[in-house]
Amino acid sequence: MELNVLGQDEAGHAAGGGCSAGSCGSSDDQLAHLPEHIREKVHNHPCYSEEAHHYFARMHVAVAPACNIQCHYCNRKYDCANESRPGVVSELLDPLQAVKKVKAVAATIPQMTVLGIAGPGDPLANPQRTFETFRMLSEQAPDIKLCVSTNGLALPDCVDELARHNIDHVTITINCVDPDIGAEIYPWIYWNNKRVRGRKAAKILIERQQKGLEMLVERGILVKVNSVLIPGVNDQHLKEVSRIVKAKGAFLHNVMPLIAEAEHGTFYGVMGQRSPEPEELQDLQDACAGDMNMMRHCRQCRADAVGLLGEDRGDEFTLDRIETMDIDYEAAMVKRAAIHAAIKEELDERAAKKARLATPAGPRLVGVADKHHRPVLMAVATSGGGLVNQHFGHAREFLVYEASPAGVRFIGHRKVEQYCVGNDSCGDKESALSGSILALRGCEAVLCSKIGFEPWGELEAAGIQPNGEHAMEPIEEAVLAVYQEMIAGGRLDASPERTAEQCLMA
Amino acid sequence: MALRIVDSCVNCWACVDVCPSEAISPGATHFRISAHKCTECDGDYAEQQCASICPIEGAILLADGSPANPAGSLTGIPPERLAEAMRAIQAR
Repeated sequence: MELNVLGQDEAGHAAGGGCSAGSCGSSDDQLAHLPEHIREKVHNHPCYSEEAHHYFARMHVAVAPACNIQCHYCNRKYDCANESRPGVVSELLDPLQAVKKVKAVAATIPQMTVLGIAGPGDPLANPQRTFETFRMLSEQAPDIKLCVSTNGLALPDCVDELARHNIDHVTITINCVDPDIGAEIYPWIYWNNKRVRGRKAAKILIERQQKGLEMLVERGILVKVNSVLIPGVNDQHLKEVSRIVKAKGAFLHNVMPLIAEAEHGTFYGVMGQRSPEPEELQDLQDACAGDMNMMRHCRQCRADAVGLLGEDRGDEFTLDRIETMDIDYEAAMVKRAAIHAAIKEELDERAAKKARLATPAGPRLVGVADKHHRPVLMAVATSGGGLVNQHFGHAREFLVYEASPAGVRFIGHRKVEQYCVGNDSCGDKESALSGSILALRGCEAVLCSKIGFEPWGELEAAGIQPNGEHAMEPIEEAVLAVYQEMIAGGRLDASPERTAEQCLMA
Repeated sequence: MALRIVDSCVNCWACVDVCPSEAISPGATHFRISAHKCTECDGDYAEQQCASICPIEGAILLADGSPANPAGSLTGIPPERLAEAMRAIQAR
């Protein structure tokens, strides 16, 4: 069996399939074209490498509360422990507390490789608090990568300082390059000691973002661009944004869906602006992929998130708790290095295996599948490590993959309510399960390590085939195996006119 | 004369960093402006700096007691629309 992960090699591109361009693939492969020195920088960064995000953890410290702009998807009043989205934190830290927390987390979760400052305001609108934190960390915890995200307004003034602190990753949120569109997203900015509004404000912000991007690239600092997809506002425009930021040297573009609920109290939430559907996001990511490496595994995490992407262990590291921890960071660094080396070895082994499987001598999917077999979406329950290794009922999110005659590619994730917490106090099981089934719409199979009798029946009734036969197998291999089983079972012949796209519409 | 911060303040620190008179400091529940130190930015800036960066409508009062940023002026959400949304949420 050939394990052909899209975007990995030229054969994968030539085979075509559901995407228009070679760089639309997933995982480490999206980075495959990058120069070696850049790949070396991102191979263990969970936010930059789809493959790494199964293995390595990240954390954010909330040291940057102030902001210098207003975005229509943000409400600075909001602070809720149960909400997981950018801009939300439970506890603000000063730089000393932040450093203590980082060391506590790094010692407890040795897979943690990256510390980011992402708010809850704009990190560069809090230069003293942000850079004091970076300065102490680069001295006291030199094995941790530092990164920062910003709206870009203050960026040109901070580039030299960022370079001094050895920060080699910066994320800029760029939602537009057209001030008329910007005026619909940003009501005001604080600029040169004045509140500036409307188109004029958007024009300044856009110029500063673009200048900051250019300055970072000049200095060899890696730039990822985040964009919020706002249907009817910037959805079509983001293709141009993608083209421009790539031309200027950004190495990754992350288009995220707008989060807008009235209860968040944001402009968009209250005014009824809708969020995009998963398929709209996927279509736009595919459309941009011709010009840019697209990131598809972003979880839009909180500004104080801790752990693997998709999980948040922040509750284990509250100020009260870290006060009681006694951290020997020298010892922790030794342990961390050993664990990082072991993960790297596992990743190298996987890469070597993939390369072996992709050689012409190996058995090929081609021959079993012909190009007429339609692509199929499958959901996977995983708790990390790149394996099918989570119980259906324990999953808080599912990763969605597309299998097609061209191979397997990662599409994105779908969040669900956990319907089973392993005791009798499960709450409203029924509605959570039907919520999960709704979240998995468009998928024809769900791969997990185990699944209960009741959800099995309901999934089947909803046209989603549960599959627990590939427990502990690598995800892409398992998805491909299920696809082959579907082909062999004639499932993909039965309704050749029913494409995956049509399933999504149903 | 001085500006005043009221309890709708969310403690975001933005005003502290831009005050030219170092008149603002953290309080028990929200930031406070020292009436002795506040100059209303007279002689320093054309606009009062705390009021120009504050993201919360109504959180800063001018010397005459009126809000520096009245409802709807920062978010663009018409106050009646916000009230309607809040009623709808509470009715759920």
